[in-house]
Amino acid sequence: MSTKPIEQDLHAWLDGELDAARRAEIERYLASHPDETARLDAYARNEQALRAYYDPVVDEPVPPRLTRVRAPGRSRVWRFAAVLAWVAIGGVAGWHLHGVTSTGPRASMPGWAHRAAVAHVVYSPEVRHPVEVPADQEAHLTTWLSKRLGTPLRVPRLEGVGYQLVGGRLLPGEQGPAAHFMYQDAQGQRLTLYIRVNRGETRETAFRFAQEGNVRVFYWIDRGLGYALSGEIGKDDLLRVATAVHQHLNP
Amino acid sequence: MNAQLREFTARVDELIPRLRRYARALTGGRDAADDLVQDTLERAWTKLHLWRSGSDLRAWLFTIMHNVHVNQLRSRAGAAMLPLDDDVPDAPVRATQSDLLEVRDVQTAVNRLPVEQREVLLLVALEHMSYQETATTLGIPIGTVMSRLARARERLRSILDASAGVNLKIVK
Repeated sequence: MSTKPIEQDLHAWLDGELDAARRAEIERYLASHPDETARLDAYARNEQALRAYYDPVVDEPVPPRLTRVRAPGRSRVWRFAAVLAWVAIGGVAGWHLHGVTSTGPRASMPGWAHRAAVAHVVYSPEVRHPVEVPADQEAHLTTWLSKRLGTPLRVPRLEGVGYQLVGGRLLPGEQGPAAHFMYQDAQGQRLTLYIRVNRGETRETAFRFAQEGNVRVFYWIDRGLGYALSGEIGKDDLLRVATAVHQHLNP
Repeated sequence: MNAQLREFTARVDELIPRLRRYARALTGGRDAADDLVQDTLERAWTKLHLWRSGSDLRAWLFTIMHNVHVNQLRSRAGAAMLPLDDDVPDAPVRATQSDLLEVRDVQTAVNRLPVEQREVLLLVALEHMSYQETATTLGIPIGTVMSRLARARERLRSILDASAGVNLKIVK
């Protein structure tokens, strides 16, 4: 081979990226071009020197600040990551663990999460009266529901994941009033977020998943409030929104 | 801690030494490198939910490091400085004599490479990534990986050759 191969093939030869036939061609070319061989040798030598200098870094002890990144000192990130990882495998495994099956009544699904799913089914198809207070009166909506639940509420902004607030309503719950917010995406797909005060149950939980018919629900407890996000969208999409809700509430 | 989280933690821990090596070569300093690794790990933990189990964790972490690093450079230098266009030919390496005197080692010379070339060279030379893995990690076409690599190697050689010439004169 006498014609000069393209420059990139010489590098690909050096990096072992060529197939056998092309490699042989390059080697024939190099055999008759010592200057080119010397140039490639220089590249290889430089990289050997680099490795000789930097490879020992791999054997240095890792500074503790780097292995602590996930540690309890950063509890919120940690807890959040744990929540999400739980969901990632919990999808199938956790589901069975908690006795939630795809048919029949959900023995393990708490009553309030079940109420949230029912409220979703009742209100989300509503065309004329989906909410009591529409989103254009959001300040009033927040004040009113906070007052009725006896705790300051925040209405999560979900524009980042494609959902606009439609509005909200007050619902009767097992232990008192519950707040119910409705969101809608550009295609009119609706999600509802049910919030209630969890009296006597203040521990925080991971995301839990359950399904009632076509309605999927992620529910969790955070700072004394129970949250249930319901929708008839895929589990991954619903999880994305649940994640956004959680992030909004724990900025 | 559940099984998946345990596995993720263990695999990230395994990769920390390699992230440190790459960061050290990329930034040229120990503290700057470990800061970069720390920022990368923090970002990775908050983005854990975006990582798909079974996908290439090394590429995922190196991509995060690349993004964190580029953002740091941008905020330091101002957006106008970056990125260097690949179509713009490299300026010929004509360093002043005092510059060349400082370039005694290949690691010093690497720090003179434009960051886009440095990244590609280091992923290939230190991490032994294939061209395809490098392209995926940096989010650029494989052809761009190859052209940046060729430029990086030639430029590095020019810097060192020029430097060696100066040193030779001094020895005389």
